[in-house]
Amino acid sequence: MTTENKICFQHGVRDGSPIALGYFAVAFTLGIAAKKAGLSAIQALIASALNNASAGEYAGFALIAAGSTYLETAIMTLVVNARYLLMSCSLSQKLKPDTPLRHRMLIAYDVTDEIFGICIAQPGYLNPWYAYGAIVVAIPGWAFGTFLGVIMGNILPTRVVSALSVGLYGMFLAIIIPPARKNRVIAGVVAIGFAASYLVNRLPLFAGLSTGIKTIALTVALALLAAILFPTDTVNSEGSVN
Amino acid sequence: MEHNIWIYLLVMAAVSYLIRMAPLALIRREITNKYLRSFLFYVPYATLAVMTFPAIMEATQEPVAGLSALIAGIILAWKGHSLFQVAVLCCAVAFLVELLPFF
Repeated sequence: MTTENKICFQHGVRDGSPIALGYFAVAFTLGIAAKKAGLSAIQALIASALNNASAGEYAGFALIAAGSTYLETAIMTLVVNARYLLMSCSLSQKLKPDTPLRHRMLIAYDVTDEIFGICIAQPGYLNPWYAYGAIVVAIPGWAFGTFLGVIMGNILPTRVVSALSVGLYGMFLAIIIPPARKNRVIAGVVAIGFAASYLVNRLPLFAGLSTGIKTIALTVALALLAAILFPTDTVNSEGSVN
Repeated sequence: MEHNIWIYLLVMAAVSYLIRMAPLALIRREITNKYLRSFLFYVPYATLAVMTFPAIMEATQEPVAGLSALIAGIILAWKGHSLFQVAVLCCAVAFLVELLPFF
């Protein structure tokens, strides 16, 4: 490992630590769902270590509990996790074009909302070692949180769980607000994103849609609108807008 | 038909991985089309904003606790505080608001 990679790795560990803590709390509740679906603690641990997706796993566990077919489970996982497809497309532009395939395949293992968020917030091209640093602390938090959720059930007071799960949203704010302060278009995207998401979640018209579908539809609509109205050929190599 | 949980887990893991891996492995160079570039540039902000609100109000027992955490988080992030500080403050605000006597 070169010195630069080492420093990036350490930064990844630093930024991944609060994520691990938040994951632990969320995964704990996920473990409770896994138990209901009939998974053992080990199965839940492996499910989390391999999937790294809260909504995707919740949906999967629900289908397992219902005795759905494997095909239904595959399609559901695809739909609920489709936003990661979008994130990976976006992240592909954050990697130096000559980044070797092995790095691409390793980073892909843990493209989650949070890891994606902190990677995008890095200045310039993403050093894969930064992602690895975050991943090695975040995954155990996620996997063992699920494991403990199965065996310890409701031991953590609900107030502690709900306070900890807010931490992940705090992290999202720390990622989107500083660029929004510098760039009016991003500020607009964030503000309209909040408002539109609120409406779509509250209006009965959209009540039949899953959270995953709503997230994807709103993301595509907003990003498309911003791209057409304000194309950023002014984006410099630092990833920030002039 | 009796289903095997391990096969379910394998199916879920395979789909989750392929969705994430395909774009990273296949899009090997910088996209030059300015609209597509712009679209991908705005995706993170759009998607993280959409995922944060109103979900943050549903993460807490009392919606007002989540809302307070949101406002506190925006102010702190606006002032340029670190990821960790913002995350911890949001947790603390949500926790304290839920301790208030009227809930």
